[in-house]
Amino acid sequence: MVTSIIRRLFQALFVILAMTVIVFIGVSVIGNPVDILINPDANQVERARVIAHYGLDEPLWKQYFIFLRGLAQGDFGDSFVYGRPALGLILERLPATLELAIAALGIAIVIGLPLGLYAGLYPSRISSRIIMTGSILGFSLPTFWVGLMLIMIFSVELGWLPTNGRGPTLEFLGGQWSFLTSDGLRHLLLPAFNLALFKTSLILRLTRAGVQEVLPQDYIKFARAKGLRERRIIAVHVLKNLMIPVVTIVGLEFGSLIAFSVVTESIFAWPGMGKLIIDSINLLDRPVIVAYLMMMVLLFVVLNFVIDTCYTILDPRVRLDSKA
Amino acid sequence: MTSLLSVNNLVTEFGGGKGASGLRAVNDVSFKVERGRVLGLVGESGSGKSVTGFSVMRLLERPGRIASGQIIFDGVDLARLSNEEMRQIRGKRIAMVFQDPMMTLNPVLTIETQMVEAVRAHDQVSKTTARQRARDALGLVGIPNPEERLSSYPHQFSGGMRQRVVIAIALLHKPELIIADEPTTALDVTIQSQIISEFQKLTEESGTAVIWITHDLAIVSRLADDIAVMYAGRLVESGPVSSVLTDPKHPYTAGLIASVPSRNRRGVPLRQIPGMTPAITMLPRGCSFRTRCDRATDECLVIPPLFPQQERFVRCFHPVMKAMT
Repeated sequence: MVTSIIRRLFQALFVILAMTVIVFIGVSVIGNPVDILINPDANQVERARVIAHYGLDEPLWKQYFIFLRGLAQGDFGDSFVYGRPALGLILERLPATLELAIAALGIAIVIGLPLGLYAGLYPSRISSRIIMTGSILGFSLPTFWVGLMLIMIFSVELGWLPTNGRGPTLEFLGGQWSFLTSDGLRHLLLPAFNLALFKTSLILRLTRAGVQEVLPQDYIKFARAKGLRERRIIAVHVLKNLMIPVVTIVGLEFGSLIAFSVVTESIFAWPGMGKLIIDSINLLDRPVIVAYLMMMVLLFVVLNFVIDTCYTILDPRVRLDSKA
Repeated sequence: MTSLLSVNNLVTEFGGGKGASGLRAVNDVSFKVERGRVLGLVGESGSGKSVTGFSVMRLLERPGRIASGQIIFDGVDLARLSNEEMRQIRGKRIAMVFQDPMMTLNPVLTIETQMVEAVRAHDQVSKTTARQRARDALGLVGIPNPEERLSSYPHQFSGGMRQRVVIAIALLHKPELIIADEPTTALDVTIQSQIISEFQKLTEESGTAVIWITHDLAIVSRLADDIAVMYAGRLVESGPVSSVLTDPKHPYTAGLIASVPSRNRRGVPLRQIPGMTPAITMLPRGCSFRTRCDRATDECLVIPPLFPQQERFVRCFHPVMKAMT
């Protein structure tokens, strides 16, 4: 276990380094942040002072090494736009994105898993076909359009739910959370549902496919031959085998919810990390972009590790230490 | 005394229903199993022998269904029981052992879980009691360290050991009948032999009747009391093993026996049955074996009935009169 953790950390380190190089080169190719940062009316002296202040007068490779030196001391650099440490800026937005992602994933699992199970167990029923057809809509309708429709229906027409923002928040574990207040919860509902739609369909179809793969297996037939009740066969024999692919997808999708919920956050003006990264890209705020992408790499590495650990619990045939 | 199991004119179809008839995998099959006796159900792949076994267990998978016939078990027609009534019989009074021990046990559950749940599906006992019974059952089928092995997963056992576990599960409730569907086909020959002896010993001790489904005549001659030969979904010959194997009446049975290597016929080419088993979708008219049979005449264009011959039955107009050797 320990060796596999260390191995993964090294892998993560390597990926993060590669990521910084790519971002550094990428952002400098797209445009010069100086053009955006500095007031066009500023004179040459002012201009030179700002450029020197951000270290942008150095050649790119030198800037990169200065950045790496800071990184070794835990300093990701200050945001060009906000003038504050980039990492702090991101961590400040983390709770908003995190609660949105968890809520969306929760909805997706609570709806997707039972419906998928039902559609898999009774594939010929009309209700199953309706579920499966509905799931096609779920993953083919574009997120932004569904988001707009949700706002149109539930906020504009019915006036049940607020259109944007997080609502009042409460402090908990050093972050500001919406789900702790009832009004914040109302604000969370629409964006979470919008994000969940695609994931629900994904989990639903995966579950159904899994059920149909497990059901014809001999061990299910043998479980019936033992005289087990149908409920136990489904809840234990089918579900436990099913969990292996579902956990994989849920884990990876959780990562993508955190990293790529940009569209939904923009539509509902949800002040999460997605909104921050889009703004930063627009302003070529390199420190924030780099810090954000590095965090995402770390997130996926950690998630993959958690998924792999889950395998060892779910599937006794998998042992992490067996092979180097 | 009535038979333990009496299958009468069983028809199992795939598809069809509501007046339309589907594919008949089992066609008008009747046989009896007496208490404590072993019936060898023999046939090639696709002859319907496994489907017969699953029909008795009521474990057919869709679109398979019992279209007509009776399955009288200890005076009760299993074909007419509700699902819950059937569940109470499965595993308790009729158990089943499957062909491939690699596939029969759930790979993600411990042996303990799979045995304890089998005990508690029928008997309301505590987990501790169920566990003790599971452990004793493992010991009975010759698994060393049953206490430790209970917490193992199936992949930690060899094929032979897994089949022992499966047999232990089948014997948990001391069933009156065990349906063994080619339980040794997937095993090494040496292991096969051990498992068969073990099985024979255990069922004899507990007086359990067995339907042993196989294509291996050698196994049948070794452990069965009676034999029923199936061809293309129909029973073609049945009777006591000793007389059927030494003096087969149906040309198909005779052909099967002649195609088994024997040390008395060393150097002589093995005799084969010409042609192939017809697909169930395009059976020839009349006797299904007609096209492969050298004794067939125009009379065989009609399906022959089962002719009684002393204590035996044979479905042929032109039975073989004396052993062909």
